[in-house]
Amino acid sequence: MTSFDAIVIGAGHNGLAAATRLAKGGRKVLVLEAANGPGGAARGREFSPGFRSAGLAHIVNRLDADVARDIGLDLAGGETLLPTTVLDGSGKAVTLHGAYGESIDGVPAEEQAAFAALRKKLIFQAGILKRFLRRPPPQIGAISLGDLSTLAGAGLGLLRKGRGEGRDFLRMLLMNVADVADEYLADDRLKGLLAFDATLGIHLGPRSPTSLLGLYYRLTGEAAGKTGGQVVPAGGMASIAPAFVRAAEKAGVTIRCSAPVGRILADRGKASGVVMRDGIEITAPVVVSAIHPQTTFLHLVDPAESGTGFVRSVKNVRSHGNVAKLDLALDRVPDFAGLSPEARNGRIVLARSMEQVETAFNPAKYGEFSPDPVMEITLPSLAESSLAPSGGCTLSALVQYAPYRLKAGWEAGKPAFLKIVLETLERHAPGIGRTIVAADLMTPVDIEAEYNLPGGHWHHGELQADQLLVNRPTGAASGYATPIEGLYLASAGAHPGGGISGLPGWNAARHILSGGKP
Amino acid sequence: MNALTTSAAGLRRAARDHIRTPRLETPFHERLAALSEVNDWYSWAGYKAPHSLFDGELEYFAIRSTAALFDISPMVKYRITGPDAERYLNRLTLRDVRKLAVGRVQYTAWCDDHGHVLDDGTLFRLGEADFRLCCQERHLPWLLDSAFGFSVDIREETEEIAGLALQGPTSYAVLRDAGFAGVEALKPFAVATFPHEGGEVTISRTGFTGDLGYELFVPRAKALSLWDRLWSAGELHAIRAIGYGALNQARIEAGFIVANTDFVTAEGALRADRERMPDEIGLDWLVDPDKPNFNGRRAILDARRNQTLRYILVGLEIEGNIPAEHAIVYHRKKHEAGIVTAGIWSPTAKRNIAIASLERPYGSKFTEDLWVEIYAMRELQYQKLMKRAKIVPRPIVKLARRTATPPGLK
Repeated sequence: MTSFDAIVIGAGHNGLAAATRLAKGGRKVLVLEAANGPGGAARGREFSPGFRSAGLAHIVNRLDADVARDIGLDLAGGETLLPTTVLDGSGKAVTLHGAYGESIDGVPAEEQAAFAALRKKLIFQAGILKRFLRRPPPQIGAISLGDLSTLAGAGLGLLRKGRGEGRDFLRMLLMNVADVADEYLADDRLKGLLAFDATLGIHLGPRSPTSLLGLYYRLTGEAAGKTGGQVVPAGGMASIAPAFVRAAEKAGVTIRCSAPVGRILADRGKASGVVMRDGIEITAPVVVSAIHPQTTFLHLVDPAESGTGFVRSVKNVRSHGNVAKLDLALDRVPDFAGLSPEARNGRIVLARSMEQVETAFNPAKYGEFSPDPVMEITLPSLAESSLAPSGGCTLSALVQYAPYRLKAGWEAGKPAFLKIVLETLERHAPGIGRTIVAADLMTPVDIEAEYNLPGGHWHHGELQADQLLVNRPTGAASGYATPIEGLYLASAGAHPGGGISGLPGWNAARHILSGGKP
Repeated sequence: MNALTTSAAGLRRAARDHIRTPRLETPFHERLAALSEVNDWYSWAGYKAPHSLFDGELEYFAIRSTAALFDISPMVKYRITGPDAERYLNRLTLRDVRKLAVGRVQYTAWCDDHGHVLDDGTLFRLGEADFRLCCQERHLPWLLDSAFGFSVDIREETEEIAGLALQGPTSYAVLRDAGFAGVEALKPFAVATFPHEGGEVTISRTGFTGDLGYELFVPRAKALSLWDRLWSAGELHAIRAIGYGALNQARIEAGFIVANTDFVTAEGALRADRERMPDEIGLDWLVDPDKPNFNGRRAILDARRNQTLRYILVGLEIEGNIPAEHAIVYHRKKHEAGIVTAGIWSPTAKRNIAIASLERPYGSKFTEDLWVEIYAMRELQYQKLMKRAKIVPRPIVKLARRTATPPGLK
C-alpha cells in the first residue's frame, strides 16, 4: 500500500488548498472525503430535474489571489465586478457598482458622498486587519519575529494616516454596525445593506455590540484585485470546486471520495494517521483536519488524548447557523420591481432598513425564525446557462434569520418559513410564484446533514470577537497546530474564518511546511 | 396560584436553610463533642473539626505510642463507576491506573492542561469498575467535564460516607479486638470490606501519619456504631481521639504535603506564579510518561525537557528547636531561596524539621549553605534567628512498623 506524508480530512476548498500547497512543497498527500464528491460546501447538486445548485456559496468575494496563484487555480473569467442592488419593495432601487459601491445609483449626491466617505474609512480600517489574514495568529507566550513585524506593520499603517485615524480605528473596532451607519448615512436602504452584510452568517443583529466586525471581515476580501469586489467565475460558482480539484490533482494529490474517516489515530499526544469508518488504517506523520474543529476533537480524536480544559473549550465553541439557503427552479427569469436589467447578474439584497434587519434578528435570539426575513439573491443560471433547462432560471438566496435550534423544530418550521420566504419574494417580484418549478429550502439543520457541517454554520464557528485570531477556534489550537502533535486544523473553523478564500487551508499547509513548532 | 407561590417561597426558604448552620457537623460530632475538653474547633471544608480535643502533645503521642482516632469525614470523596472508569481515571490522574489492582489504593495527583497540580489524593479501587477518589478540595465540575467521551458515573459522596483514621502502633490490636477478622492480612495500600452492623465497612491500610494505621469508611448511618465498636475495643490499647494539630505533626515527620498549605492548588491560585507542576512539589515520581495520555502530560514533559521547572520541594532539618513555620529560606544568608511551608519540633526525631518550597536552582543545584530566618516572638518582641538548614530526604521519620505485615500489636 502506498504510504503518505500527510492525510487531509475533508475535500472542501480549504482541504484541497492545504493538500495542494503541501503537495507542491514536496509532500505526498492523500485527501479523504466522506461525501461522494469533492468540493465541500461548494459541491454542486441537482435539486430538481434539470436544475442545479452550486452549493452554499453563490458569489466570490474573498478568494485570495495569492492562494489562487500559488496553488495554480485555473479559474477563468471573474474579471467583471458585479453590482449589488438593494430592494426595499418600493420599486426604487439603490445599486452599488464597482467594488462595494465605488459608484452608486438611486440616492442623492450628498448621500453618495457620505457613503464614499464611510466606504473609504471602512476599507482603510479593514486593510489594517487584512495583514493578519495570511499568517497564523500570534501565539501568546511565543510571539515570533514575523508576528512583531505584522503588528508593527499594522501600527505603522494606522499612523500613516495620522493620529486621528488611529484613534478612530480603535473607537470603531468593536462598535456595532448600526451606530456606525447612523453616523454617516441617511438612506434606509444603504443602512439596511450594511446591516445585512455585517451580520450575514453571524448570530448578531446590527445593534449587537461588535457587529461591525462582520463588515470588516467582508471588506478584508478582494475579488478581481479590488477590495470589497464580488464576481462569479466563468462557468458559474459550480466551476470553483472542480478548479480546486484540478489544481490538487495536478500537484499530485490523491483524492478519495466516499471515504469517511472514523477516527484519528493518536497516542500519548501524537497523531499517526486515521482509521476509516470501514476499519482500514492509514498512517501518516501529519494529519490535517479540514473539517469542523468540533467534529475533529469531539468525535474523531479520542477525548482521552486531549486535556480536559481543551475539550471544554472546544465544546464551548459557538457554531449554530442562522442562515437558510433557498434554491428555486423557475421556468423563466424573474422580474424584480426596480431592478435594472444590467444589475440582474449581480447580487440582490432584499432589506428595507437597518431596523428590519434588527427586527428580523430579535426572534432568532429566542429560537424562532424571522417572520419578515432579509435575504440576498443571485440568479446563478444567468452566468452559467447549463444550470437550468433552456428558458428556465435558477434563483439562489441566503435568508436570515433561521436559527439552527428552532424552538418549534424545523420539521414543522420549514414549510412555514418557506411560505414566508416565497411571500417575500412575491412582493418583490410579483408573479414569481407562478413560475416556480421547484423550491428547495435548506435550513441550518439540512445544511448540517448535507455538508457534514455541525450546526449548519458555514464559518465552522461564530465569527465574533471572542472566536477570532488567537481564539479561533480556541486558544490552544489557534495556530493551525493543536495540542496533539502532528494534527493540524485547516478548515473555516481555523484562522481567519469562513467564505471561499482558501486561506485557512493554505496558511495551515504553509505552517506545516515551515516546520512550525506545534 | 396562591398556594403555589406559598409553597415555592417555602421551598426557596428551605433551600436557604443551610445558612443557619454555618459549620456542618460530621457524623461523629456527637462523640467528638463529648470528648472535647478544650473546645478548640476549626473549619475543615465547611465542617466543624477539632484542632485539639484535650492536649495536643498527648494526642500526638497517641499516634506514635498507642492508637489515635481521627475523624476524616470532611475529606472530599467521589465515587467513580462504569465501564470506562479505569480509562477515565487514567486520563485524569498522573499514575497508571491500569496497574492499580482491585483492593489496592494509590496515592496520586491530577493536573490541568498546563500541568499544574489541581490536587493530590488517594484513589481506592473497590472493584473492577468502581473507584473512590479522596482529596482535599472540591472538583466535581472538573471531574464531570473530564467525563466527556467516557462511559462513567461520577458522584460526590462526601456527605453520605463517614471516615475515620485509626493510626498508631496499637491500631491493629484495636481492630483485631473489635472483631475485624482478616485485617492482619492487609498490606500497606490494601483495602477490603468487613461486616459491620449488617452492613459493610471499608478498611484500608493507609493513613497520613507514616505510622502503622488504617482508614475506615462507612455509610453515615453506621458511623456512631463504628466509633463505639472501636472505642470499646480500644480502651485497653489506650485509644485516644485526636485533633488536626497532632496529625499535622505526624504528617510533617512523614513528609506528606497538604494541598493549599504546602502548595496552592491550580484552581485556587489567584496569582499566575503560584501554580505548581508535580515536579515542583515533590510529586515527580507520580508522573508516568509511558502510560496513555493524561491531563498535563505534554506540559510536564515539555517543562522537563526545556528545564523550565521553577520550584522544588524539600525536607529540611534546622538547627535549634524553634519551629520555622513560614520562615524565609536563604542561600549564604543573603539570597532569598524560598519559604518554609510547614515546620515543627519533631518529638520523635528530636529535631527541628520542616518542609520548604525553594526556587530553583536553590534546592536543585545549590543544596549547601542554606539558612532560615526565624522570627521568634519573645514577650511582644521578635527575636530574629538565622539558623542553618540542611536538606534531608523525606520521610524524616521512618518507622518499620508502618509496613510490617502482619502488623505488630504494640
